[in-house]
Amino acid sequence: MRIDYTDVLVIGGGLAGLRAAIAAKRRGHDAVILSLVPPKRSHSAAAAGGMQASLANSIKASGDNEDVHFADTVRGSDWGADQEVVRMFVDSAPKAARELAAWGVPWTRVQEGNHETVIKGQKVVITESKDAQGLIAQRNFGGTSKWRCAYVSDSTGHAMLYAVSDQSIAANIPVRERTEAIALIHDGGRCFGAVVRDLISGELFAYVAKATVIATGGAGRLYRVTTNAVINEGMGAAIALETGRAALGNMEAIQFHPTGLFPSGILITEGCRGDGGLLRDVDGHRFMPDYEPDKMELASRDVVSRDMLEQVKKGKGVKTRLGEHLWLDITLLGRAHIEKNLRDVQEICRYFLDIDPAKDLIPVMPAQHYTMGGVRTDYRGESQGLKGLFAVGEAACWDIHGFNRLGGNSVAETVVAGMIVGEFIADFCDSADSDISIATSLIHDFIARELARIDRLINDGGSEDASRLQQRMKEIMTEKVGVFRDGTMLTAAVEELQVLLVKSGKIGLRNRSRGANPELATAYRTQKMLKVALCVAAGALARTESRGAHARDDFPHRDDANWLKRTLATWPNEADDLPTLKYEPLDVMGMELPPGWRGYGAKDFVPHPDTARRNEEIEAITKKLAGADRFAVQAALMPYEQLLPARLRGRNERIVLPGEGASP
Amino acid sequence: MTEAAPKDSTKSSPMSSPKASHRQLTINVLRYDPRTPERPPRMEAFRVEEAEGMTLFIALNEIRETQDPSLNFDFVCRAGICGSCGMLINGRPSLACRTLTKDLGATINLAPLPGFELISDLSVNTGKWMRAMSERLQTWIHAREREIDICRLEQRMDPALAQKIYELDRCIECGCCIAACGTAQMRKDFVGAVGLNKIGRFRLDPRDRRSDDDYYDLVGDDTGVFGCMALLGCHDVCPKQLPLQTQIAFLRRRLALNAIKPASQPGEKPGEKP
Repeated sequence: MRIDYTDVLVIGGGLAGLRAAIAAKRRGHDAVILSLVPPKRSHSAAAAGGMQASLANSIKASGDNEDVHFADTVRGSDWGADQEVVRMFVDSAPKAARELAAWGVPWTRVQEGNHETVIKGQKVVITESKDAQGLIAQRNFGGTSKWRCAYVSDSTGHAMLYAVSDQSIAANIPVRERTEAIALIHDGGRCFGAVVRDLISGELFAYVAKATVIATGGAGRLYRVTTNAVINEGMGAAIALETGRAALGNMEAIQFHPTGLFPSGILITEGCRGDGGLLRDVDGHRFMPDYEPDKMELASRDVVSRDMLEQVKKGKGVKTRLGEHLWLDITLLGRAHIEKNLRDVQEICRYFLDIDPAKDLIPVMPAQHYTMGGVRTDYRGESQGLKGLFAVGEAACWDIHGFNRLGGNSVAETVVAGMIVGEFIADFCDSADSDISIATSLIHDFIARELARIDRLINDGGSEDASRLQQRMKEIMTEKVGVFRDGTMLTAAVEELQVLLVKSGKIGLRNRSRGANPELATAYRTQKMLKVALCVAAGALARTESRGAHARDDFPHRDDANWLKRTLATWPNEADDLPTLKYEPLDVMGMELPPGWRGYGAKDFVPHPDTARRNEEIEAITKKLAGADRFAVQAALMPYEQLLPARLRGRNERIVLPGEGASP
Repeated sequence: MTEAAPKDSTKSSPMSSPKASHRQLTINVLRYDPRTPERPPRMEAFRVEEAEGMTLFIALNEIRETQDPSLNFDFVCRAGICGSCGMLINGRPSLACRTLTKDLGATINLAPLPGFELISDLSVNTGKWMRAMSERLQTWIHAREREIDICRLEQRMDPALAQKIYELDRCIECGCCIAACGTAQMRKDFVGAVGLNKIGRFRLDPRDRRSDDDYYDLVGDDTGVFGCMALLGCHDVCPKQLPLQTQIAFLRRRLALNAIKPASQPGEKPGEKP
């Protein structure tokens, strides 16, 4: 049995994994990346509209800074986020955007002078400052109070991914393409790498490492209608779950993007609405102002998705044989704008629907888009249940998104978490804690166990068809664990998924090849996906409140008194048919921004008993520090700078835009 | 799998096209797995009932799920942005995921992209080829300074120049240009339009300190810009409509001129003002 060794084993070659590997390598540790596909094909490439970073160069970003980005993100999360980690994130996002600028990302830049633009459905002229000429431009996105999205037309993720991937090539970091980690190797609460399958030859081998990093992205393919790439099957979360040690956090928090192309679910970027696009119903009526008079189309994604489905429920959907949809209207933006800033949208419309978005409406419906949950980590990105296991990006629940992620915050998280957690990984590798102390015989046992599992699939001649089981799972998730949920549907979903899980133990294959055999991969992935799907459904069933993207018709209010806590799902025994759920409370007394109204969406919620007391404390601290700068006030409320790696500390420089004071 | 339209739906356009009768498609696939050479390369035919909005992504997945689970092909984003699914569609290199069957005849011939290591059936190892090309051409910014202070304002850039760089940065490394290239089919070490476009991209970028002398060292021979026979297959098939013809011609002229002129100063970027 073959065993390879490295310092840092990164599972997943998207932006988060690449950036973490670069950080570790720069600190002198060897890193190897495992990737299902060539890294530049990762789903990071699909991030379209932009990266949130409070650079504040555009005039409509005037007054933006870390504090505003922090508040927007926490409100967006419906107070589910870890506020200290959000602070680390918003502080580092401008640094990450500037690093990417130096690495060659062709960010769209500010052109001084007058520009015609569309804001809240009205054509207006904005004047960009002379001082901002040539700096990174910002566009508007949902759920934010300033224009904050740095962008490269509408292929931001592509440009970022190519720049970072090229940096990893420059750093001589090997990528084992077309390999898949199918199990984590662990002993005594410590992770030591993974059992890896070569997807071309079928060979199984072990990669033993000091630090193992899950960077496999989300689990969108649990759903039938999703914007996600076909590789986003939640395998990183699954192999972490299967250790019985590592916990998955908040798996029930699933985001539905308002504008999935109908019926395929292909993403139509939020940049469309950010740039002034409107949502219309069957009558051509612009309905979002009816629901959200202030934010309109640019409320957070959870809110807009719900309002869209409400409008369809009222009989205002466009009926087709494939179901109902609504319209996205970007015709008012004009052809020149679309061809410059929404170019991929134009291409997608042309190739998939043969329509021209400069004159035609785009058929859209909410589609699964993002997995807020993932491998639960501490602020350093390390699993609390399994030492030496780190997670970054969408695969992680580091927890800046809570129960709803803001558009542009995920692609920002990939590079920011890669940067920050990469430093902590390097610290870990520098320490004696990272010594590899696992017995070779145990490594062999792990390989043998996986080999036996694959042998069983190939030889046992089971009666179940993996792709049918998977299709059924996707139907259940889409129909019963979707935008609107209730106890009856969720109970049915959990029970049906349990039945499917049992059936997945009897999968038989028609193609018994061990090598490049897609049916074999579908078989073992289906077994794992069902466990992750059960974490989503069981977590949603247990959470008897509505928070962010988790909306229960039978429990319509956010309930801070009982549910201001993070769900932790583990799978202690292989024979279990349900995850074990535990909860991690969020400490209101430590929050910089205690729970309140988000500024959009439902106004009613059940307050936490500590909220009033914490608000008084905050008021007293703020009063005492009247006249002090915003950094001093922030530090008094919730210090976080000490949590950041030393090399990533420092205040972000900004220009002073017209109308702003001279102080930062 | 995924978003395929229900098979029994008779029509379906979300828009409103008139009711169409469903064609029976014959999809011929060139099949071969180099790991089982005892089964020689062969065309295999699959019958599929066309559905509204059907793409080759949907059709191939349906074939794999209901007819032949051993069929190999690559898709990732299925939205035309990741470049995984380049293949020969009726002989022409294209992205399969965004190819609608309605735009093709009732018989569709599919083959793997030539010029790349075959993995199996329609799956080829473009990743390995692209990594080797990137290593050889050093397709990353060669920064002027070793460390930048990421707390400070970013370096300014002319918005029009950023836009020009973006236009070339849109390449998705799908490999269609290599499959369509006469030179690449004859010599394995030719960097192709994908490689030359990258040189064009970094040459434009004031953040990269390399000069035309450096680029000449990288591509100033028959494996690079002088290997192009100007057949322009690359330009015709590029799914992103990159200006490959102009790029290659421009680069060839600049590098040829550079070769007969005195060497430029290090760090100087002839022809471009940052």
